[in-house]
Amino acid sequence: MTGRIGSIVVCVVFVALMLALPHMVRPYYVGLATKMIIFALFAMSLDLLLGYTGLASLGHAAFFGVAAYAVALLILRAGVGGWIAFPAALVASTVTGALVAVLALRARGSYFLMITFALAQVVWSVAFGWRSFTNGDDGMPGVARPNFGWSLEGTDAFYYFVLAVVGCAALLLLAIVKSPFGRALRGIRESETRMQALGYDVWRYQFVAFVLAASFAGLAGALYAYFNRFVGPEYLHVIQSAEALIMVILGGAGTLVGPAIGAALIVFLEDYVSSLTQHWLLVLGSIYVLVTLFAPRGLVGLIVDYRQRRFEP
Amino acid sequence: MIWVIHVLNGIAIGMLLFLLAAGLSLIFGLMKILNLTHGSFYLVGGYIGLTVMQRTGSFALALLAAAAAIALLGAVIERFVLRRFHLDELPQTLLTFGFLFIFADLSLWIWGGDPVMVRQPRILAGSLPMGDYGYPIYRLFLIAVGLVVAGALWWFQEHTRLGTMLRAGVDDAEIARALGIDVSLLFTLIFAVGAALAALGGVLAAPILSLYPGADFDALILAFVVVIVGGLGSLKGALVGALLVGLLDDFGKAFFPQFALFTVFVPMAFILVVRPTGLFGRR
Repeated sequence: MTGRIGSIVVCVVFVALMLALPHMVRPYYVGLATKMIIFALFAMSLDLLLGYTGLASLGHAAFFGVAAYAVALLILRAGVGGWIAFPAALVASTVTGALVAVLALRARGSYFLMITFALAQVVWSVAFGWRSFTNGDDGMPGVARPNFGWSLEGTDAFYYFVLAVVGCAALLLLAIVKSPFGRALRGIRESETRMQALGYDVWRYQFVAFVLAASFAGLAGALYAYFNRFVGPEYLHVIQSAEALIMVILGGAGTLVGPAIGAALIVFLEDYVSSLTQHWLLVLGSIYVLVTLFAPRGLVGLIVDYRQRRFEP
Repeated sequence: MIWVIHVLNGIAIGMLLFLLAAGLSLIFGLMKILNLTHGSFYLVGGYIGLTVMQRTGSFALALLAAAAAIALLGAVIERFVLRRFHLDELPQTLLTFGFLFIFADLSLWIWGGDPVMVRQPRILAGSLPMGDYGYPIYRLFLIAVGLVVAGALWWFQEHTRLGTMLRAGVDDAEIARALGIDVSLLFTLIFAVGAALAALGGVLAAPILSLYPGADFDALILAFVVVIVGGLGSLKGALVGALLVGLLDDFGKAFFPQFALFTVFVPMAFILVVRPTGLFGRR
């Protein structure tokens, strides 16, 4: 019981802190916090796939990037307003997710990794190569933020907008993983054959999980396009997919909260390290190796281990 | 005649890809490791070749030094890191990704960010008259090297004791171990050989494709496409896939420059639909 009250208190304090943040820190850090929150959603969307369904994708950035590009292309090329571009971007990432899922779910394990990787590169190659439409590797600046009756141009306003959207998305993800559907996904993660034997249509569950993950990644991508007011092919690159993977693993796969923390940490570290040296890639690579070797179940796993050791001597 | 030249170009690039994909495929076939560090083996190998070339002026020495150094690097990575996560694909992927990033940054540190060309050896520098055009001898040399390596690998796999052990290990590592084959040593050996092949590819590619930060990713992605098309764990698949991708890449660049990579990726997606395990892959 005390544990429950404790976690409620933690949640309330956390939400209060998040709401008060723009009044406590400089605008630069409000921007950084916005980026952290967006990537927290991106990492949580991958966690649905990796942590709950047991499918390790190496192409998750494709959905993030497709939505970002959809936003930018609709606003800059078609001249539509932000409030149409936003849902349209979600449709784009969902449809892409369905297409990739149909192809990729024919395989498992390393083949699944490789196929998601390769299909994401297909999308990347379009963004990179189709200069006349997407500006190639120059990317597209000038993505205007949406105006839903009140302006989101200011740093604080956009922060609250992102906080609200990601907050709702996180609650939705939580509801999904707690639902019977989410429990079936965990069953599939543990043993596909057993779930098949129990009469579950494993493929359909995996397909829906994949498409849902793609949609949530798209939501993050669309927010990121607005955040930076820019899209570029690096949003779709395998490096972005790999960063999402390490965010999930660093925090702790299959916990939602862990990947969110992992994402915030990686974004913060990238900002901090980049201000000191040019060798962020070296640090990032070392994080991959160190986490895999010493904290394979992530920070959440470390905490759980620590508690168990404390309570069960 | 222009067609012949494009076909030859495609085959030459295909042979470079074969050097990369053969290692990737052998390593996967035996250890089930998806080795993303393969891109680093290619790039760092190329850079080591460049340095040796600058110091000694000998292309042969550059090839030898790069292959030896990267073979050693590969053996160390396999023996001391990857081995701990045998048959666990996610940690392996993360580790090899980590090394890819680490080596990318280190080579940027050591060799700088500007693209560099390795000069081709003098005897291979000219071109052969071919109709109204001249065709660079170096590219013909690449084709020859690719064929020799493919032949040597095939002979090794089919006609040597070690090759027999390799095939046994690919079929069933556990049974092979029970039969008294030193699978552990075989793993390290094959990983080193695969790494060395990638390094050779890096040095050989340097005179025509140049070396630059990001070449590791570019090479890795094309090698991935090759093994997806050809099927993992099959030497024949790597060769056929490499030639196919090389040709598609060259024709794509020549005729649809905007969609250069697209002409490679779309046929790959098509093959995935028809045969998810590639043309010669096994389930």
